[in-house]
This record gives sequence, C-alpha cells and structure tokens, in this order.
Amino acid sequence: MADPQDLTTLDAAELGRRLAGGELSSVELTRAYLDRIAAADGVLGAYLHVDADAALARAGEIDAARAAGEELGPLAGLPIALKDVFVTEGVPTTSGSKILEGWRPPYDATVAARLKDAGTVLLGKTNMDEFAMGSSTENSAYRPTRNPWDPERIPGGSSGGSSAAVAGGLAPWALGTDTGGSIRQPAAVTGLVGHKPTYGSVSRYGLIAFSSSLDQAGPMARTVLDAAVLHEAIGGHDPRDSTSIDAPTLGLVEAARRGAGGDLAGLRVGVVRELGGDGHTDGYEDGVLARTRETVALLESMGADVREVSCPSFDLALPAYYLIAPSEASSNLARFEGMRFGLRVGDDGAHHLDEVMSLTREQGFGPEVKRRIILGTYALSAGYYDAYYGQAQKVRTLITRDFTSAYDDVDVLVSPTSPTVAWLIGARVDDPLAMYAADLCTLPASLAGLPAISVPCGLSDGLPVGFQVMAPALADDRCYRVAAAVEAALDSARGHRLLDELDRRAATAGAQA
Amino acid sequence: MSTPSPKEPLGRQDLAHLARLARLALSDDELDHFAGQLSAVLDAVAQVGKADTADVAPMTHAVPLTNVTRPDVVTPSLPRDVVLAGAPAAEDDRFRVPQILGDEE
Repeated sequence: MADPQDLTTLDAAELGRRLAGGELSSVELTRAYLDRIAAADGVLGAYLHVDADAALARAGEIDAARAAGEELGPLAGLPIALKDVFVTEGVPTTSGSKILEGWRPPYDATVAARLKDAGTVLLGKTNMDEFAMGSSTENSAYRPTRNPWDPERIPGGSSGGSSAAVAGGLAPWALGTDTGGSIRQPAAVTGLVGHKPTYGSVSRYGLIAFSSSLDQAGPMARTVLDAAVLHEAIGGHDPRDSTSIDAPTLGLVEAARRGAGGDLAGLRVGVVRELGGDGHTDGYEDGVLARTRETVALLESMGADVREVSCPSFDLALPAYYLIAPSEASSNLARFEGMRFGLRVGDDGAHHLDEVMSLTREQGFGPEVKRRIILGTYALSAGYYDAYYGQAQKVRTLITRDFTSAYDDVDVLVSPTSPTVAWLIGARVDDPLAMYAADLCTLPASLAGLPAISVPCGLSDGLPVGFQVMAPALADDRCYRVAAAVEAALDSARGHRLLDELDRRAATAGAQA
Repeated sequence: MSTPSPKEPLGRQDLAHLARLARLALSDDELDHFAGQLSAVLDAVAQVGKADTADVAPMTHAVPLTNVTRPDVVTPSLPRDVVLAGAPAAEDDRFRVPQILGDEE
C-alpha cells in the first residue's frame, strides 16, 4: 500500500507506471493530491479553482475503464493542473483578472482537450499574473502565490501558480505559458524543469491571448523526462491555430532518455557572453553565476565542446520585448469591453456604450495591465510607431541573426535562466523595471521564437537556480537531451533530486512550528 | 505628442489622452502614479533606437507562414444559449448592450 505522502513527491513517470500496473488507482492518487491541496494551498495560494468532486468523478471513470480492460494511454488517470490562461469548458477561467471573474468558457483550449482525451484528471486552474503580465504572480487580481521553498518569497511568474503547485506537491505536473519567460523563470526559482517550445509547435487555440507572436504553452514538471512526455502529449499541428507548424512533435522523450545516459561527446555548446558573461554581470547574483559556471564545467566533463559566443543584439532584447509585448497586448485586450463575456460596470441606463466600456476596464483591470495597455497604445500611435514598435521589430530581426550565426558554430546556447533567485514578496511590486529585469535571459529566445528549457542546477542561499539551454527552431529535442544530462549528473552526485531537499526543509519547518 | 522624444517625460495630459484612446477611465491617483512609472519605462525601451537598422527588415513573426487556409465548409458554431450564458446581459437571444447613439442623434 503506497503511502499518500510519497504520492505527492513522486514524478509522473513513476505514478503512471503504478497506475498502469494496477498498484495504484486514479481515485487514490487524485485524493492524495486533493488532500495535499486542502492542507497546503491556504498558505501557498497556487490554485484559483479546484473542483474536488469533478476530479474524483473523472478519476473514477478512468479506473472503471481500466477495470473494464479498455486500452488506455500512458497519461490515463494522472492528475494535472492548468494555468488559468487556458480556457476549459464549463470550468471557471479568469486569466488572473477580475474582468473574467465567474466566467465559464463554452469550449476547451486545444491543449486542454488533448490532455482530456489522453485521460488526465484536471485538479484545477492555477494562479497567475493578470493576463500573464508579470514575473512574480503578485499581479494576480486574486492573491499572491508563495514559493514552497520559502513562503516569504515569490514563486516566479507569470506561471507561478503552476510552479508552486508542482514544487509544493499540489500537482504532479502542470502546464504554463511563456511569452517572455513565464514558464522558464518560475520553474527556475522553484527547482522545476520548464520548457518553452518552438513558437508554433504547440497550439495557441484557447489560450487567452497576451502577445500573439510570442505566447507559447509548455510543460512544467519535476523531471526532464516528465516534461518531455507532457510536451509530446500537447504538441503537434492544430488547424485552429493559423500559426501552428504542420510538423509532428516527436523524439523528445527519446532525447531525454538518451541525455540521461550522460554522454555529450561532440556536442558543441555556446556560452552566451551577453547573458551573465564578462562585462555583462550587472544585476546577476554571484550564486547564480557560480552555479552556471559549475554546470558549464559539468557539460565539458561529459564530453561537450564548450566555447564562448557573443550575441551583441541580446542587449536590446529587453527594450524590444517591452515594446512588442505591450503593443500586442493593447490590441488583444481590446476584446474585454464588457459586452460579450465577463464584467460590465455602469450599465444603468445613464451611461453610453463608450462610458460603460471605460468604466468596466477601469474596474476590471489591475495596475500592470493598465500600464502595459497604455504603453502599447503609445508605441502604436501615429508618429511613434516607426521609432518604437517598428524599430523593436527590426531589433527582433537582429536578435534572430545573432542566433542564426551562433548556431553556425554550436548546437545549443546556454545561460542562467534568471539573473537572481526568488526574491521577497513585495520587493519589486511597484518598480516595473526591476520586475522586468527578471526576464533578461529568457527574452532573446522568446523574440526569436526558439525553444528553451530551464533545468535546476543547484541552490544559492538555499534557493533554487535554473540553467537555460536554447536550441534552433524545431530542435527542442536538443534542449531535453542536454537538460537530462545535467539533471542525471547532478542527481547522481547529490544522491537525490534537488526537490527532495525542499521536502526535508518543509518537514523541518513544520516540526519547528 | 507630435515627434518621439524619449527625453521628454510622459505628461499627465498625454497619459489621459492615451487612456481615452484605450477606453480606460483612469482615476486622478492612477494618472499621477503611472506618469512617473511609464516615463521610466519609456526611457528604458527607447534604447531600441541605438540599434543600427538601416538595412534591416522588421520581423513580425517568429515562423514565416503565408496563406494559411482551410476548406470553405460550414462547421458547427457554439450553442447560442451557452455563449449568452457567459454574457453580462442578454435579451431576446441576443447580447444586450448599452445605448450606442446619443438622444440628439
């Protein structure tokens, strides 16, 4: 008989084996997670919506199907959490905003439908920065989420509910979305694996849009292998997304398994000077740079051919991103006008349509969303368009050129995932530029549409540090291979997973309290 | 607001104008608060002007795709009742919206 405490720390691959082997029922597993949510989410605030009855009913259906001898896929019966940016039929979806409070979407996002068809059990919808705008989840209109490693600190953002849930044992794995780093940075600061797929390789149909040319859904998991399995389950062409690439998502699980073997002979690795290298260390914590250097040395010890590469245009990634993303957001968020869904304010017969729209948006949006809408409106204005939005789009071309010439000489590029470990809640909340700096290392791959993964590479001051691996378009398998090699080598040297240290610390804190 | 000048901070009046364009009814407090913050952000993003982009085409999309089409066939729409159930106000099987035209129009 499995101990329910263990079930909430095991990886999804092991849980899947136990389900398939009949040692564990989906109801038993789902109940273990619901119990952990009931016990811990009051503090962590990882979820915006949990429906225990629906989850248990779904788990019961899967168990019954298995008992009846039906052919089930490898994900059948595994619980999962979805960031609240994915629309889910009949299940409340807010994108972290008051403007959508109480809205129940009439359809499923493609990735949500694929996971449903695969037999997964939806535990709930996770907290996020409002409309995915933020790096700390403090911009949620509902409540902040806390980091399971230290509840006084942020869990990263904008997919901070997903990161806190998976790291804290409130879900075995989860989906996030990444526009400028919103999967990778929260994964990094909570000790998880998080992957942003090649733009266009995972459907955006049913994602509440923030910045359409950048948004991409991806996995957040406890292991590289779990992330690869989840990525393969959601990836692939979707005719409902006109930017979807018509190519299958294959070979990721195989790459993760191969990488774990630890042989990187012949792999050419470029260390990006502009992301924490010589002359570019402002804002980077020493501990983060030390873990990064050690991980690069580890790659070398596994046979990789490591060299430094320079990508000078990366210095302009942050200003370009904070023009492009707000511009696209100001356009996308025009749909929230209080007429077809969500909040409506001031409809008392005395106010005209325009006034009702303005009052609705004033009350329904939080400060960061308003700041970005105004910034985007400004950047797209006549007379400013060429100098701001147009110029940012040209910088995007320069960044892509830097990547292209780097990949002439190397197979992957590496860097820290974020310049710092998790900071204290409140520390950057009223300083937008300080908040934006958390995205420094993740923005270049976002702007170029390239795949990038964050894998845990140790602790600094007792808090997790992430190592980023970037690859050319549609070469996501390289990210998984290198990340798996790092994970396997560090786990083996340590004797356990990094996340296992969180469990012991949490237990100690509990005992002291 | 005629020519781009990042050196010039975003004034309260400019901000109020942008808020009107974006259909945001900002409060006085918000106008005061955002003016300083957005001026700092604008200073930072104006650095894109440093790049030499004389011969550079803008990149609008990470993956160049053109003429994505689908067969022109009728497919089922979402059920009307389900969609209207999520609307703030509905009447006679339609979205009900506030007054659009003024009394004098």
